[in-house]
Amino acid sequence: MTASSVGKPLDRVDGRLKVTGTATFSAEVAVANVAHAVIVGATISKGKITALDVGEAQRVPGVVAVLTHLNAAKVPGADKPTEMTDKVVQVLQNDAVLYDGQPIALVVADTLEHASHAASLVKATYAAEAAICEMDKEIGAGFAPKAAPGRPPPDSNRGDIDAALATAFARVDATYTTPCENHNPLEMHATIAVFQGEDHLTLYDATQGIFGLRKRISKAFDLKPENVRVISHFVGGGFGSKGSAWSHVFLAAMASRATGRAVKLSITRQQMFAFVGYRPQTIQQVTAAASKDGTLVALRHEVTSATSRFDTFAEPSANVTRMLYACPNVKTSHRLVRLDVATPTFTRAPGEASGSFALESALDELSYSLKMDPLALRLKNYAETDPDEKKPFSSKTLRDCYTQGAAKFGWSKRKPEPRSMRDGNWLVGFGMATATYPSRQSAASALARVKKDGSAQVLAGSQDIGTGTYTIMTQIAADALGMSVERVHFDLGDTTFPETPVSGGSQTASSVGSAVKRAGMAVRTKLIDLAVKGKGGPLNGMSAEQVDAEAGVLVSKQDRTKSDSYEAVLARNGLDQIEEKIDEKEKAERKDHSTHAFGAHFIEVKVDPDFGEVRVSRVVSAFAAGKILNRKTARSQFIGGIVWGLGLALHEHTERDPRTSRVVTKDLADYHVPVHADVPDMDIVMVDEVDPYVNEIGAKGVGEIGIVGVGAAIANAVYHATGKRVRSLPITLDKLL
Amino acid sequence: MVDASLKRPLSFDVNGKTVNVDVAPMARLLDVLREDLHLTGAKEGCGEGECGACAVIVDDKLVNSCLIPALQARGASVRTIEGVAKGDVLHDVQKAFLTWGGAQCGICTPGMVLAAVSLLEKNPKPTEQDVRVALAGNLCRCTGYMKIFESVLKACETAMARESASEAAR
Repeated sequence: MTASSVGKPLDRVDGRLKVTGTATFSAEVAVANVAHAVIVGATISKGKITALDVGEAQRVPGVVAVLTHLNAAKVPGADKPTEMTDKVVQVLQNDAVLYDGQPIALVVADTLEHASHAASLVKATYAAEAAICEMDKEIGAGFAPKAAPGRPPPDSNRGDIDAALATAFARVDATYTTPCENHNPLEMHATIAVFQGEDHLTLYDATQGIFGLRKRISKAFDLKPENVRVISHFVGGGFGSKGSAWSHVFLAAMASRATGRAVKLSITRQQMFAFVGYRPQTIQQVTAAASKDGTLVALRHEVTSATSRFDTFAEPSANVTRMLYACPNVKTSHRLVRLDVATPTFTRAPGEASGSFALESALDELSYSLKMDPLALRLKNYAETDPDEKKPFSSKTLRDCYTQGAAKFGWSKRKPEPRSMRDGNWLVGFGMATATYPSRQSAASALARVKKDGSAQVLAGSQDIGTGTYTIMTQIAADALGMSVERVHFDLGDTTFPETPVSGGSQTASSVGSAVKRAGMAVRTKLIDLAVKGKGGPLNGMSAEQVDAEAGVLVSKQDRTKSDSYEAVLARNGLDQIEEKIDEKEKAERKDHSTHAFGAHFIEVKVDPDFGEVRVSRVVSAFAAGKILNRKTARSQFIGGIVWGLGLALHEHTERDPRTSRVVTKDLADYHVPVHADVPDMDIVMVDEVDPYVNEIGAKGVGEIGIVGVGAAIANAVYHATGKRVRSLPITLDKLL
Repeated sequence: MVDASLKRPLSFDVNGKTVNVDVAPMARLLDVLREDLHLTGAKEGCGEGECGACAVIVDDKLVNSCLIPALQARGASVRTIEGVAKGDVLHDVQKAFLTWGGAQCGICTPGMVLAAVSLLEKNPKPTEQDVRVALAGNLCRCTGYMKIFESVLKACETAMARESASEAAR
């Protein structure tokens, strides 16, 4: 067998392009005769546009068009979402303003300077209405969201929680809140739309899902899906925000159709806070109760999250509570309140990131009531099987994560009393929390092809949002084809390639990787068949089982001097290439198993007792996520996720002015993301785990799990350091004074 | 109303070559590089000088090109990410980012690399603290920063090892 590439810390195959600045992102594709578009956003959060003066804007030299609700073409599908990722969009269809920054006009000009200048001259007059952005004002109008197809229901109930609570020895009842957070990938959303005639459209778009985008746009514009081509070779981070087709994509296409030109639309950082989604704020009530020995007897988790007036997206924060611990009595619910804000969306570990803050904080609080070590409490309630789905786990190596992480961190040095550890003047605290994230798989297709020069081309639609898709797919394909990675070229990001799912929910490695593996193996099988059954050659007449593939050469297992290269096999049989396309479905064994990745965070904080400043000083996190496909890119994903957790715990908060419902933290000066100075040394432990059921490649996905639990681990460490329990994120210093 | 269509001539050096281009009076250096000169390595991450994705080196100073009117670069010598490698040979910093995982989605990478190059040209033996300070103006949303420090420190090691090898050879 060829030495395996999967698992090795291969350098990113697109790394050279990235370090030389030559990777071409969506806004950078050279398109002839491109016009530049700039969105004008509403300056109220609710009401109607009563007048829109575009005269001055239209007179700016170079302006090609100014689109408003008065002249824009109708887009009948704009308010008809059909897929889970679809959103209602605001694309100049009427005079209503539903949230701050909503697009109310689009200026198209020959240069970016002309378009920006003209956009600044559009004058809107409004009839404004009172806008509400505070959840507590609307909480009485909370309602249960509809269950999304294939997703868990909003409510759950097992056992008898009231009876269990009546006899519990220790109990915690607390309310936790998490703020609105904007994803803020470093690349702003960008689209170049090119209508060719009335019925063909090409979109170069920064998207996490080229096929979802194609479906949404083709329906909305009444085009045949095959006449819409979406290309996205590089995406500069997404984190969920690029998982849906937002208003600007529609607007770029409308502008291209209206002007007959290619139209480039890059939104601004300020607009990243307006109409491309965010993690909604949550209010979460948790009750956790245990018997004297720490056995959990009851968990209740009631979540309310915010959404817009016109769309429904619920942050599924309580799902984690249903499955994480072996507790017989568990009741959870999700409710929504409508506010005068834009629609929220999926954000890195949607549900798990915010929900684990509440659950894992409550467990920490319970550990103090029980005078029990927080880690011991988790081990006491370790779920050997999934208590919610009532199925065995496809694999679960969380116990090893706890023990290896704790040992590396030195958890045993923790003194149980809060405020009992110091480093000079700094208060020192240890906190821990469990991480988990579902391991999903969706249908995906891939094509593998070996060419007569002995190189391979492998294609799958998919996307690389910075995670390393190009790299891991190259590794998987090379192993499946029996070739070295240098001879394999994997390409993605084009709807003319085989169909794949959205890069979200940590499912790309699992879904696309399984298809790529099968496609590669199918081509290898064909090559072996040709070598043993085709025209002549040194292996002719052997059985296929007697032949191995090694770095692009077929070798007899019995007599390794007998070999036949892929080039020779193809040439002798008069073939230019051999290819196979595979449509991979969910692995059958999945339905009998619960599939999740797990991990444990151990975090040390130092808190200034006078000023309340919190510094995260040490992180040890251990993860068991099935097969690790590439140790280098996986480590990057874990660390990146943990630093998102650091942002959730300490920094990130989109603030609105309660008088106007307008966002006041509309840039990276006011919306704080973690910076170099905030990041401590981080030790990532990757626990070996073999999972034969989760999918064809045994990998569980590593994009989201890093953030899960970090909010709680930091809050728990802050409590241990200071004796102050902060139940409202982010933990800013005012909350510790 | 300002007539933004009255373009002005701009002559400056970009990556060692003299460039002549007519630009709008308040065109940003970033847009002239990206749109007129098709040097798209410099990225816009915020447009306000907060993120460093648009960093370029102007006359040996690291600047955010989103804050520089292009005409202010008249006669200057500008180095962008496209000019950091010598032909096919990557700079130590680029090699280290590639090997040590400093690059992830690739948007912050050009600015990070230029900030590190600029640091090492002034201070070839930085401490980790020096690296953090020098890169303080560059935000990243993917890597969690750790691998960026690692990359810059490894690049220093490589440069120092080469220096001591060449000293030994003398």
